[in-house]
Amino acid sequence: MAQIAKIHIPATGRTIELPTGLFINNEFVPSADSQETLSVINPATEEEICKVVAASGKDIDIAVKAARVAFKTTWGKNVTGFERSRLMNKLADLIERDQQELAELETLNNGKPVKVARDFDIGDSIQCLRYYAGWADKILGETIEVDNKTKLAFTRHDPIGVCGQIIPWNYPIMMWAWKVAPALAVGCTVVMKPSELTPLTALKLSQLVKEAGFPPGVVNTVPSLGAIGGAALSAHMDVDKVAFTGSTVTGRKVMEAAAKSNLKKVSLELGGKSPNIVFESADLEQAATWAALGILYNTGEDCTAGSRVYVQDSVYDSFMELLIEKVRSTPIGDGFDETVTSGPIISKIQFDKVWGYIESGKQEGAKVLVGGERRAGKGYFVDPTVFADVKHDMKIVKDEIFGPVLAVGRFSTEEEAIELANNTSYGLGAGLHSTDANQCMRVSSALEAGTVWVNQYNILHNNVPFGGKKQSGIGRELGKQALDEYTSVKAVHWNFGEKGSWPL
Amino acid sequence: MPAVFTPQFNNDSFKGQATVNTGLFINGQWVESSSGTFIDVVNPSNGKLLTKVSEGTAKDVDLAVAAAQKAFDTVWGSHCPGSRRGKLLNKLADIMESRFDELCAVEALDNGKTFQWAKNVDVAFSISTIRYYAGWADKIHGQTIETDKTKLAYTLHEPFGVVGQIIPWNFPLLMLSWKIGPALATGNTVIMKPSELTPLTALMAADMIREAGFPPGVFNLIVGYGNTVGQAITEHKGIEKVAFTGSTLVGRKIMEAAAKSNLKNVTLELGGKSPNIVFNDADLEQAVNWTAHGLFWNHGQTCCAGTRIFVQSGIYDKFLAKFTEKVKAIKVGDPFAKDTNQGPQVSQIQFDRIMSYIESGKQQGAKVHIGGGRIGDEGYYIEPTIFTETKPDMRIVQEEIFGPVGVLIKFEDEEDVIHQANDTLYGLAAAVFSQDINRALETAHKLKAGTAWVNCINTLDPNVPFGGFKQSGIGRELGEYALHNYTNVKAVHVNLGQKM
Repeated sequence: MAQIAKIHIPATGRTIELPTGLFINNEFVPSADSQETLSVINPATEEEICKVVAASGKDIDIAVKAARVAFKTTWGKNVTGFERSRLMNKLADLIERDQQELAELETLNNGKPVKVARDFDIGDSIQCLRYYAGWADKILGETIEVDNKTKLAFTRHDPIGVCGQIIPWNYPIMMWAWKVAPALAVGCTVVMKPSELTPLTALKLSQLVKEAGFPPGVVNTVPSLGAIGGAALSAHMDVDKVAFTGSTVTGRKVMEAAAKSNLKKVSLELGGKSPNIVFESADLEQAATWAALGILYNTGEDCTAGSRVYVQDSVYDSFMELLIEKVRSTPIGDGFDETVTSGPIISKIQFDKVWGYIESGKQEGAKVLVGGERRAGKGYFVDPTVFADVKHDMKIVKDEIFGPVLAVGRFSTEEEAIELANNTSYGLGAGLHSTDANQCMRVSSALEAGTVWVNQYNILHNNVPFGGKKQSGIGRELGKQALDEYTSVKAVHWNFGEKGSWPL
Repeated sequence: MPAVFTPQFNNDSFKGQATVNTGLFINGQWVESSSGTFIDVVNPSNGKLLTKVSEGTAKDVDLAVAAAQKAFDTVWGSHCPGSRRGKLLNKLADIMESRFDELCAVEALDNGKTFQWAKNVDVAFSISTIRYYAGWADKIHGQTIETDKTKLAYTLHEPFGVVGQIIPWNFPLLMLSWKIGPALATGNTVIMKPSELTPLTALMAADMIREAGFPPGVFNLIVGYGNTVGQAITEHKGIEKVAFTGSTLVGRKIMEAAAKSNLKNVTLELGGKSPNIVFNDADLEQAVNWTAHGLFWNHGQTCCAGTRIFVQSGIYDKFLAKFTEKVKAIKVGDPFAKDTNQGPQVSQIQFDRIMSYIESGKQQGAKVHIGGGRIGDEGYYIEPTIFTETKPDMRIVQEEIFGPVGVLIKFEDEEDVIHQANDTLYGLAAAVFSQDINRALETAHKLKAGTAWVNCINTLDPNVPFGGFKQSGIGRELGEYALHNYTNVKAVHVNLGQKM
């Protein structure tokens, strides 16, 4: 198979040259022992873009070894925070330089609109790298007073070591940045397994990693199937930590493999069935706007998608009128079409899954207010779908659908809303809309979610931590907290004055 | 439009031209001073005039404060996200980097330090300090604090607003970077007065700040005298905070003026008479090398210089012999010659002051072990000088000389030397040389100084705090600590249900 794929983008006339090998030790290489490839599909056309090398278990092993050597010699404690900061800022500069090209590649592979990919996904990713570049020389431990006459006690925040990172297909570049940035800032080395559905931008970013000047082995990229590469990293005896973003089902497997192998540290960002609550005092137009964004941004393929909306009885009709109008007017189509707000579902498998849920919603007796009809033609397009009159035990209310499908319920009291919202094994995000400040505080306090939005939804910032409660995850990304996921605290007790004696 | 000074360089260290604006930098523009007067900038290598720069006055300070306040209220402070402030600081660092050698050359020309030192330390450290604080700009965190169910309590770390910064002539560009880094990162606007002796690299930096895209009024530079511009800044009712680096004598005046005007917040980095203690079990060669650096770096014009060198009697003779050889090897001369270690002192006044201390040492009965005189007859060159056989009450032992002059004192007892080391009204820094790490740490912990060096001296990093105990200062620069100097804590209590 070709070492460099020439990828042509009809909409813009651009041709992108993309290495299709595995990125190990700053080189693109074929698999050590396998001929397997991944067929990368354009979800808007259902056609193959190109093939890339699929890493085998042996390749994972080679990548881990490269990362280990780098950690022991050119990275880890052998590089200063100042140098890590410099390299990360350089990488951010290069991504900025190639922003448009990366956006078009992201759209081709993932389907999201080019403008969104460029200004939001990649724009935020550049900021993310710069944010963590700023932390690199600020990894502070503490000196702790024990006994001033005899002991100096202090902590060092050491980098954990070699980190396996497994990322999903919904925000390929942004998930890459969220993972790589804090790991590098602290001094860890990385073996990154991008999703087998969307490996292309990860490979392009690897080229930029090399161009920025990172030593070989610091970042390694090994596209492969989850069951091969993801499993291998989770079970590897020489990987110190695995960070995974994806489904809760797979997250369990990652944690299990970590426990069974070497008790490697685990952080997980999993699924959600996040509630968006509209109280009667809310600015209804705004609440409807945020609710629509909450389920339709990124075509609902978002772990924090506000996929359950609960509306207080007294404002139900007025709110629903506003919401339905906004949902109906959301154009879903080809990401290269500038009038489009959201793109196709990522793959055939996901497409079938989403339709399965829409069918089950109908079968279980929910009422279809918008959508629910299949589109003709090529591309995995699912039009926005809104269900009302839902019951709590319906699949569309309990399960994560990961598409533009919304379940709307109603409530009368604040207690009831909180009860409905928290009645889930997930706990990733939640939103509430109200102009009563005390209510906002009470409800935001009561909601069992790692992120609570008040009068907003789905807006994140690189410096505010993000993650799940309950079965939505373990650990936090973004903000200062992400650094903790990649550091290991060593306490040093330096005795300079105490004479020991034995026997006591 | 004020003139632009374009010195030409054609020497072993730098061939090229520099560009230095000579006006005042107020509200993003280069302007003449309101008095129309000028200050002479002198080349300390030969005492000759380099150029004239505009002399600012109290009126110019008023104009700058108005501009800075407007900027704070409209385009800076809470109106500019931290990530953008960080980006601008990084851009400034990029521009400084692109004119690296030009900055080194002008610093050497104006201050007299060698081009090599400016390159290895001053300019490099200035850039890394700016980059370090660029990284903090979007990380100014307050706290949320749990009290009880009826209350949401949190703190905001807000910028003061308009801050005044007065910097000295010993590390002109470096002192500028230490000041603007944390001040701008946290969202303050700045009125800066560089030293009238060494304004040139500050003038270059101001234009680079303009080029980087900082909004007008965020940074303002006014060259002027301490008793006019400095005084105006310290007394100004529109300035919420003043940061000063310089002599303890002037530091007192600053604090007094701040108290008398509007009780503005004050941080001070003042003088020192830092002890350097070398125990018998020190690595002799290393101790000698570091000690020389500790005393003679920057021609002794360093607040934290290790100017009182205590050597334990067991190695005193050996140390003195090796140290003497080291001192003899110091090459004093043209700052632009590649093999020069030490250039001239910064000005005639400083030269006279140092020479008078040397004279007082002789008169009070100390022995000039080496040096003690002027070099050449133009420029302000002084021989590296060491006194021995001193007594504790001598002026050369008590007072800060700020020149290449140190005292070497023999000691016997550990308790005694710690006592002698601490017996000073200063407390900026201290150093200990010993290969017994237990003794080194114990001693370091007992020394009353803001920086304690163990087996090193005069080495700093942008992320490690620096500042003085006792009369050496108030507050800390560098590191995360510097951010506290430029933020005001607001506690917000939101009542969620407590009925009165």
